[in-house]
Amino acid sequence: MSEREPSQADVEKLLRSALRPIEPPEKLPDRVEETLTAVTEAAATELSAWAEELSDSELASLRDPRNWVRPAAAAAAGGVAGGALLLFEMRRRRRPGGASALARELRSRLP
Amino acid sequence: MAKAEQPALAGPEKAELDAAFEQLYRDHLRDVYSYSYYRVGNHHDAEDLTEQAFLQAYRHFERARRESNGRPLRPWLIRIAHNLASNYHRDRARRPQSALEHADPIAAPHPTERVVEGRAELKHVMESLQELPDDRREALIMRFALGMDNREIARALGRTDGATKVLIHRAIKQLEKEMGADE
Repeated sequence: MSEREPSQADVEKLLRSALRPIEPPEKLPDRVEETLTAVTEAAATELSAWAEELSDSELASLRDPRNWVRPAAAAAAGGVAGGALLLFEMRRRRRPGGASALARELRSRLP
Repeated sequence: MAKAEQPALAGPEKAELDAAFEQLYRDHLRDVYSYSYYRVGNHHDAEDLTEQAFLQAYRHFERARRESNGRPLRPWLIRIAHNLASNYHRDRARRPQSALEHADPIAAPHPTERVVEGRAELKHVMESLQELPDDRREALIMRFALGMDNREIARALGRTDGATKVLIHRAIKQLEKEMGADE
């Protein structure tokens, strides 16, 4: 390093060299895609179970993605998104009565 | 991603939305990961943050797209990662730290120490970067690691273009001073 104070151009050049883009690990795209698929499949399953039972207004509210993906997104908030979401899906599948039972349970919590 | 569904939408709309999200994901996975990595300092947490960022993005994608009026969505995506990283640091600050964490910085090295391994000059700039206030450092990560322009950074940080220009100028000036003072 020279003794002179670095110029703005020097600093910018160093920053360009130091702050290089970081390639994501090879496994990450698969992990993200699996999680998104698990979330959307879970939502689709629940929606199909609910569809016959819900009122028009309830169906309308479900058209907002903020509503249908909320349970999964809440599970992701703890910092273990992938594991939690997949766990969510696995628990749903293990639950006695399957999607219909879960739908009834969740529906009973609706105001 | 091909199976990703937005079940509340009609078929063609859903397929179009899914295709748009998939494109966003492919275009910016590296950006989100890079930003997360420079913010949290390790691959494991950067992966978690990246995954959470895309989940949140997917959740709000339809609305974001509608309200973007055709503007690029990268700043919105990076803002999600930015907020998640801030939450991450806030949560860590609340958690009691062990004496080892206080005493041994090698236990949690900044990622850039590895990135610029063996290059003293680059290490020096990264060490100086750590001395900057958070908002200045974050703006520089967006500018130099992600190649975002002032307008994109302004949208990601929720500031005006003018304030962002000043923020970056001051960040670089401070960095010059930090580096000069250390020599």
